[in-house]
Amino acid sequence: MAKITYVTNDNQVHTVEVQNGLTVMEGAVQNDIPGIDADCGGGMACATCHVYVKENWFDKIAPKEDGEEDMLDMAFEPKKNSRLSCQIIVSDELDGLTINIPSKQS
Amino acid sequence: MNKTDALIIGAGPTGLFTAHQLKLIGLDCEIVDNLDKIGGQCIELYPDKPIYDIPAVPECTGEELTNNLINQIKPFDIKFHLSERVDELRKEGNNWIVKTNNGTTFLTPNVIIAGGVGSFEPRKFPVKECEKFENKSVFYSIKDKNIFKDKIVTIFGGGDSALDWAVELSKNSKVNLVHRRDDFRGAQATVDKIHELSKEGKINLFTKYQMTSIKGNGQLESIEIKNDNKDIKNIKTDYVLGFFGLIMQLGPIANWGLNIDKKTIEVDTERFETKQKGIYAVGDICNYPGKLKLILSGFHEGALAARACFKLARPNEKYRFEFTTSSKTIKNRLGVKSD
Repeated sequence: MAKITYVTNDNQVHTVEVQNGLTVMEGAVQNDIPGIDADCGGGMACATCHVYVKENWFDKIAPKEDGEEDMLDMAFEPKKNSRLSCQIIVSDELDGLTINIPSKQS
Repeated sequence: MNKTDALIIGAGPTGLFTAHQLKLIGLDCEIVDNLDKIGGQCIELYPDKPIYDIPAVPECTGEELTNNLINQIKPFDIKFHLSERVDELRKEGNNWIVKTNNGTTFLTPNVIIAGGVGSFEPRKFPVKECEKFENKSVFYSIKDKNIFKDKIVTIFGGGDSALDWAVELSKNSKVNLVHRRDDFRGAQATVDKIHELSKEGKINLFTKYQMTSIKGNGQLESIEIKNDNKDIKNIKTDYVLGFFGLIMQLGPIANWGLNIDKKTIEVDTERFETKQKGIYAVGDICNYPGKLKLILSGFHEGALAARACFKLARPNEKYRFEFTTSSKTIKNRLGVKSD
């Protein structure tokens, strides 16, 4: 179990507990947090669960696979700290993780 | 006006198998899809990715699955309307009148929405002002490459579409290619070609750059691009092309008076009918307690929706359940010999 904080583009802060093994995307969808569409349902095929990971956390989470970087090419306003939230798996180590949701997914 | 027993919206795996089920029980159908090809998400999002949970198919790619489904409906004459998006739907008596963006109209008692997460539309530039130039000097696809002759064209993207067009247009235009990172995801041979053309000065390559603004008074004049180190470049250009792949948009379906929650449509689990009589939803777009977004669920949902269509398409006939192994009628429809 980890506390994950989602900050929307208009600075609404949602902190929720997400079970280990779920993804950061699933944590948002299951808790009705707006701004993460996840159209493909976690298949790394759509880039609509794009988030920005706070710099101090970026290096602590498992690095991107090739496919994720390819999908990020299509994301809306990708930055250096961009990730697909369907590829970040929650564990105790991620307790306190903060992610920012972009203004749009498409 | 095209008259049919059932109109299917969406040519993904669920739409294709639903068509198979309709034809098997003796109903006509036609299929509309906004993509220019058959296969839906399987062909657009993951043609090369293996799928492992199709019953009795240990492993197949999205493209193979699509081709197998197309083969399975080969015995039937099914009309596809590709590159068309259904825009309007209205009730007339016991029928629905359906109209596409190209003006094709259908008269049908049954509409089956097998639309996945919506229709595929090109992803656009984040810079809002690009809208003002869209279809004049900003494009997301190319219809006539001749308009770019002897002009300056700035292409954004790192996939095959962006790279192929950069190579092609560099023959007769001055081409700038802009991409957000050094790596390209296009085919290696094309990537090599791009670097070669860049060395020869035939393509200006800007990697790690993204667009920050677009300028011009009616007529596009220039764009501004910025890299990770905040270095800003102003590029004079006549045209801008963006190739960021496609995104799914629910689109007009949202306006059809259906119960929509989180981009899915509520249905019953007997007929997969929405709250509108004669409109069904199957596959990823439908929702009911226990719904799984699996291709195999779409097949089941389509089979049941097809039976429900029978009642409205043939009000004076009784539907009789038959097996393909033993039914002469079905074998005739399939064009195979009975024993």
